[in-house]
Amino acid sequence: MKRIIEIERRAAPGDAPYIQSFIYETEDESATVATALSEINARVPLLDAGGEAAEPIRWESSCLQKKCGACAMVIDGRPALACDTRLSERGEVVRLSPLKKFPVVADLIVDRSKMMEALMTLRVWIEEDGRSHEKINEDVYEAARCIQCGCCLEVCPNFKSGGSFYGMAGMSPMARILSQTKGGALDERRKLYNKYIFEGCGKSLACRNICPAGLDIDRLLARSNAVSLWKRLMRR
Amino acid sequence: MKAMVNIIGAGLAGLSAAVTLAKAGIGCRLFSRQSSERAQSVMAEGGINAALDTMGEGDTTAEHFSDTMKGGVYLADPNAVRGLTEGAPDIVREFVRLGVPFQMKGETLVLRNFGGQKKKRTAYAKSSTGKMLMSALIDECRKYEARGLVMRFPHHDFLSLVTEGGAVTGCAIGDTFTGDRLVFSGPVILSAGGPAGLFSGHTTGTTQNTGDAAATAFFHGVRFANLEFIQYHPTTVGISGKRMLISEAARGEGGRLFIERNGRPWYFMEEKYPELKNLMPRDVVSREIYAVCRDPECGGQAYLDMTHLSDDTWRGKLSDLREECIHFLGIDPAAEHLPVEPGIHYFMGGIWVDERHRTNIKNLLAAGECACQYHGANRLGGNSLLGAVYGGKTAAETLSREILSAPGYMEGFEHAPAGEPTVLSGNERDPAFERRLTDILMEGLGIVRSEEGMRLCIERIEALLKEDGMSDRMKARASLGLAMAKSAIMRRESRGSHFRRDCPERDDENYKKTSTAECIDGRVITGYLDIPPLRETV
Ligand SMILES: Cc1cc2nc3c(=O)[nH]c(=O)nc-3n(C[C@H](O)[C@H](O)[C@H](O)COP(=O)(O)OP(=O)(O)OC[C@H]3O[C@@H](n4cnc5c(N)ncnc54)[C@H](O)[C@@H]3O)c2cc1C
Ligand code: SF4
Ligand code: SF4
Ligand code: FES
Repeated sequence: MKRIIEIERRAAPGDAPYIQSFIYETEDESATVATALSEINARVPLLDAGGEAAEPIRWESSCLQKKCGACAMVIDGRPALACDTRLSERGEVVRLSPLKKFPVVADLIVDRSKMMEALMTLRVWIEEDGRSHEKINEDVYEAARCIQCGCCLEVCPNFKSGGSFYGMAGMSPMARILSQTKGGALDERRKLYNKYIFEGCGKSLACRNICPAGLDIDRLLARSNAVSLWKRLMRR
Repeated sequence: MKAMVNIIGAGLAGLSAAVTLAKAGIGCRLFSRQSSERAQSVMAEGGINAALDTMGEGDTTAEHFSDTMKGGVYLADPNAVRGLTEGAPDIVREFVRLGVPFQMKGETLVLRNFGGQKKKRTAYAKSSTGKMLMSALIDECRKYEARGLVMRFPHHDFLSLVTEGGAVTGCAIGDTFTGDRLVFSGPVILSAGGPAGLFSGHTTGTTQNTGDAAATAFFHGVRFANLEFIQYHPTTVGISGKRMLISEAARGEGGRLFIERNGRPWYFMEEKYPELKNLMPRDVVSREIYAVCRDPECGGQAYLDMTHLSDDTWRGKLSDLREECIHFLGIDPAAEHLPVEPGIHYFMGGIWVDERHRTNIKNLLAAGECACQYHGANRLGGNSLLGAVYGGKTAAETLSREILSAPGYMEGFEHAPAGEPTVLSGNERDPAFERRLTDILMEGLGIVRSEEGMRLCIERIEALLKEDGMSDRMKARASLGLAMAKSAIMRRESRGSHFRRDCPERDDENYKKTSTAECIDGRVITGYLDIPPLRETV
């Protein structure tokens, strides 16, 4: 199969982006966008589709098995994981660009630190003893599966990097803490949940089908909302 | 600059060290080239070992100790292994407290069978144990970050150690986002994972563990040990760009290995090893697969049969594994047999450390897969997550004891590290060179080795080292590879994962020893150290 990999590139954060294409041919039907990027980068010399010398493409990867979130990028207009996107399921031209909701570092690398700082504001940790029980573990497991890739934030109409709404990437890890926390620590986290997640979420669920980890967003939202809503009703 | 402990690598070992230091009120910087969510530790599937004996089998830490020693064919430091196995139950209980959703019945942990161990001893969370442990420890670390005790540097490469008079005084770090080079003072804990990148494309691990941290440390005189011991996991499948692990849990839950012989399935492991069957230690299973696949009476391809597992097992315990097979291989293991082959999975060797995780260089400690500890000649499944957490904790405790008992210890680092750090030239990746080195190593250091094969491997690396245009970075990688091959060729016996066609027997008299390798003035020097005897307990 032959694909043209068209990449939105920039060498440094402030630079104006430009488009550069590479031709990638393979017999491997299971080749992914990640395979293409690493094989293109291994070429000596590295030439673009027009035969011009090119700099290595900067992108991040780690597990190559959709378990770590490193390789999230925009592929043909939708956020996805490069290691989870088969070229055989794509058209002749595959368009890659960095996630738009985060500052670009270079080429396909973005700085996702705001997403992780949100977890600090939300106080995503167990204060004393985490509850663990067969009955709640399914929910806890689901919540703790979030790979912090940021794909959900890309499609969310309400999320802005540095804003005060944290989206599903904040909600999922928080859902674990809400299920496993009691007492004063829980009260505090309910308030944070309401402020940074519940109130800003338009419930459009645009994020639902995009999550590469396949998190059961409906279930996590329903549970977390129930935990925090219950508190608001009690206050009245 | 304020002196703090510098931890390099933020996987399980690094996080465990950070949390332990923070609990003792000692601050640390946690460097990693990508954030913890992306560390190889999140990929671990099958579980973590501890003799908690919740399954009514009368399991004990003494048995966990003897299984680990036996699995490692008696090359591990027995005092360290005793600490590990006795510390294991508390480590798993601590993870329960941190909210890890282990498989449970009510409030009791369910344990599963894992290779090389007769009793159920492995705690797990479906087939995503590593991810669940990491989520919990990342959250715990955040708690201390909020208190200012941990500073994260999550896009930062280790460039070099800074030393003065033979002792580490700090480290040089590169910010991969800005390109800035930073120097920090303080003792250093290396926890940068195994050198999977030396075997790029052939391992089950991650692309970010390039092996550069290990190669740099080696080049700077850090002693390494047992480098010849590379674990080939028996059940892996090639996917684009790497090997995908089929967790040992598949066999722990009843999966059976077979190959076709004279037109009929032959369950070779069950026939040859009636006691542990498919759950023999990994080195044994890998060699058996290697052998039957080359047996002219057999079909050439081994398979894992899981089609008889119950719906409950698939749903409750192996749902992720099944999803992964369908997704990446287009095979539903509940309905079809899975073709499997051995693939590189773990490095038992690494930076030499003593029982307290100190290296041969003052103020430098190492833990996790980058260190050589606990696993001897072969690691048991479920023992490396444990070893990473326990090792990180032990390294941190060693340091905190020193720091707290010697007033002024940290202040001693506060003057800026003397001199420029010797950062290796050529820090850019060079995929073409890396590929050549990998090909050479793969040929010499396979599952079944031979004198000629290893000799050739050494000659080719030595030739590579003499080529023009080799940057220091390339030389460091090639030297570490050379140390692996030299450690392998000098061990003229077969033990654990090191199997030689020309010396198939174990030779305790000459080789029940730890092999060592050091790089001195650019030359790789190998040798042996005695294994410490087991101390009497008081
Ligand atoms: C697929 C798979 C399944 C596994 N399953 C199990 C299991 O079920 N049970 C078990 O016990 N073990 C299992 N293991 C092994 C176990 O996961 C690892 O041995 C363990 O997680 C290693 O932890 P670590 O902290 O040492 O390293 P890692 O988790 O690899 O972390 C290394 C850290 O170092 C950083 N780093 C690397 N190089 C540099 C550099 N140059 N500069 C700065 N930072 C750097 C990385 O960013 C990362 O943060 C499995 C391994 C794999 C690959
Ligand atoms: S439901 Fe809509 S607003 Fe809420 S997080 Fe998802 S995409 Fe954003
Ligand atoms: S919720 Fe899903 S899409 Fe969003 S960060 Fe987590 S894993 Fe990624
Ligand atoms: S490399 Fe880990 S999700 Fe793609």
